[in-house]
Amino acid sequence: MKMDCVKNSIGRLVPREVPGIGKVEPFSGAYARLDGSYVWTAKRYPQHVPALGGDKIAPSLKEAIVRSGLKDGMTISFHHHLRNGDAVVGMVLGAIYELGIRGLTLAPTSLGDAHDCVADYIRKGVVSRLCTSGVRGEVGRAVSHGELDTPVIIRSHGGRARAIEEGSLHIDVAFLAAPACDRLGNMCGCEGKSACGSLGYAIHEARYASHVIAVTDNLVDYPLHPHISVPQYLVDQVVVVDSIGDSSKIATGAARITKDPVQLRIAELAFGLIKESGYLKNGYSLQTGGGGPSLAVNRYVEEYMEQNSIHGSYCIGGISGYMADMLKKGLFSALFDVQSFDASVTSSMRENPNHIEVDVSDYANPFNKGCLVNDLDVVVLAALDVDTDFNVDVLSGQDGVLRGASGGHCDTAAGAKLSIIAVPSMRTGVPSIHDHVQTVVTPGETVDAIVTERGIAINPRRDDLIARARDAGLPVRDIHDLQKEIENITGKPDELEFTDDIVGVVEYRDGTIIDTIRRVKN
Amino acid sequence: MKDSINRPRRSLLYIPGNNPGMLQNASIYGADGVLLDLEDSISMYEKDAARKLVKHALMSLDFGDVERVVRINGADTPFFKADLEEIIPARPDAIRLPKVDSAADVLEADKIISGLEAKNGIKPGSIRIQAMLETARAIVNAASIAAASPRLIGLTLGGQDLAADLGIKATKSGLEMLYAKSAVVIAAKAYGLLAFDTVYTAIDDPEGLREMCQLAVSLGFSGKAAIHPSQIKTIHEAFAPTEKELKKAVKVKAAAEDAARRHSGVVAVDGKMVDAPVVAQAERTLELARLSGMEVPRL
Repeated sequence: MKMDCVKNSIGRLVPREVPGIGKVEPFSGAYARLDGSYVWTAKRYPQHVPALGGDKIAPSLKEAIVRSGLKDGMTISFHHHLRNGDAVVGMVLGAIYELGIRGLTLAPTSLGDAHDCVADYIRKGVVSRLCTSGVRGEVGRAVSHGELDTPVIIRSHGGRARAIEEGSLHIDVAFLAAPACDRLGNMCGCEGKSACGSLGYAIHEARYASHVIAVTDNLVDYPLHPHISVPQYLVDQVVVVDSIGDSSKIATGAARITKDPVQLRIAELAFGLIKESGYLKNGYSLQTGGGGPSLAVNRYVEEYMEQNSIHGSYCIGGISGYMADMLKKGLFSALFDVQSFDASVTSSMRENPNHIEVDVSDYANPFNKGCLVNDLDVVVLAALDVDTDFNVDVLSGQDGVLRGASGGHCDTAAGAKLSIIAVPSMRTGVPSIHDHVQTVVTPGETVDAIVTERGIAINPRRDDLIARARDAGLPVRDIHDLQKEIENITGKPDELEFTDDIVGVVEYRDGTIIDTIRRVKN
Repeated sequence: MKDSINRPRRSLLYIPGNNPGMLQNASIYGADGVLLDLEDSISMYEKDAARKLVKHALMSLDFGDVERVVRINGADTPFFKADLEEIIPARPDAIRLPKVDSAADVLEADKIISGLEAKNGIKPGSIRIQAMLETARAIVNAASIAAASPRLIGLTLGGQDLAADLGIKATKSGLEMLYAKSAVVIAAKAYGLLAFDTVYTAIDDPEGLREMCQLAVSLGFSGKAAIHPSQIKTIHEAFAPTEKELKKAVKVKAAAEDAARRHSGVVAVDGKMVDAPVVAQAERTLELARLSGMEVPRL
């Protein structure tokens, strides 16, 4: 789709109007709307008051869809807590297809490897618009090759929560997979064979969608207890199915710390920077994202905290089994869990009162009155690519095709006092530091350091951090020198070719447009 | 490049010469040196490819402060000469010479290397040799091997080959290697050379590695070979100087600097004269302490 574009504050051409949103503002700085003067209005949508004494259990998924009033052109959503084991998206889209409903906007909290089927439903006309945090596999290829008529809208987790609360994204029907659910719709994620831990995205979804359908393979006696994530007053219907997913891919064991020496080296340097930054002290807070190096940072942090008797305040985010162990050891006072990275976390959430489930607005909505990430001290994040302006791309693959997720990346980078991007200097012979990343998801002004196995590039805005790291003997490098050293090995990759067609827009957490995604040339 | 004899050589990491991924990362593992291997880790069919890859790695990659040592194939193989002819022009810091049984083996390599240095405009004697003693005969000849050539920088033990030659099984305690290890250390020290301990092959046994490293330190080895990057940290911890050693080194270095300021050739510590090798050793101790993250006072 061709659009009337304008340059935003980081020099990216972005549209003035986006189908499905309307008029939009170009990105004008990560903190432009966070100076206290910006006025934001939340919006509520009308909803049906259910008949007293009605039975919430629907006889079938199809019947539930019919009862929900879902019509052509409406918006449906799903959560992605079931990770790569999710079967609910495919099951629901299949039923919708058979019911002859078409032209829907699909607005899941994210899409992963289990969702290649969505590409089929795009081709069959069931889905004509897509709003998501991430796209991978076949769906990424479909979007990047222009198979959707309207651009996909990529939002961060915090940005999505904001969009829903302000009404710029409204969910007509939310289909919420429930590892445990009772007849009135109380549900949680830490019971059952498909237990996934936190339901942090689902809680928010249930609160704002016009109609909420719980899809469960584990209907428990009323009332679900002791832990309820989504309470019954937010749920319209309950559908019982044989299986909500592949439990071997949902109930994964604890992610293990990598043995890859390159990733360990990155983790060691990232930890070194955290240690020297001055933030790693009593009462500090920490988030480490997914990915090998980020997870491995925990090991170094844990060892250091134990040896130096440091007690942290809290960990947030995607919570791994490793963090749950640190909580158990008493290294932190609390964990705030919006999404559990592995199912080994579920027992911690069930048994440890200090392992606290939080919804995604609480986690990262920049416009509420105090989201957790905005108070964060240290975050370690992964990346696909970075550039010499410290911008980060977590969406585009080396071939320019979408294969990642915005997630909480830009939310945490903006909120944390120390934002570290841990990334290998090259992947499959292609360098990770570019002159310009393909798609900016996280702007360089919110990134403090990029750590590779070949050295640490610190944002020149952080003189203080550069001085501390240099004094400690850490291998601090100018980002251009580091780029050159890597390119001496890899060479400079050819520029990818794109058409002028815009197949996606990336919304920054505050609702402004930070970048666009172009159609790849075949 | 750091001074040849006194640079730290606590850890020397073996990297198979046919593994481009590991070669390009040679500088990031944290080892003091790398042993780019053309010998045992390379199959007969990949000898040529590995040799070319190592040569280009030496010529094009920045190894930073990491010492570049190439383990070539032995003189009893058809690859020996080709290895030297291709590798020497790429100017490694040293050649690790396997299967050295006698002084003659060292001299033969020395002669070829000298010729290649001259032909390629390389400073004579600048590419050093680490001799690998891997047979009973080599252990018996340790002293004459150590005395064979000024090109030698160190001796090392080939533990697995030696066990095979002796017809014994290597045990976890390593007691069966005690004599051979001591023989290598004593011969090396007698001729001013370094002594490198053999590898510890159980990658998933950091405790066993720690014990072997402690033994190596107590016997007087200067460093130890590693077969996996995960072993480097443990090796470095074992070779970190004690606080007492560090204090003494600081005293010696301070006295040497004081003497230099006074243009005096006499260095005295606590009323006793110390000579140049002691000062050099003190400098090495300070460097090891710095590398180990110990607090070293500025002098």
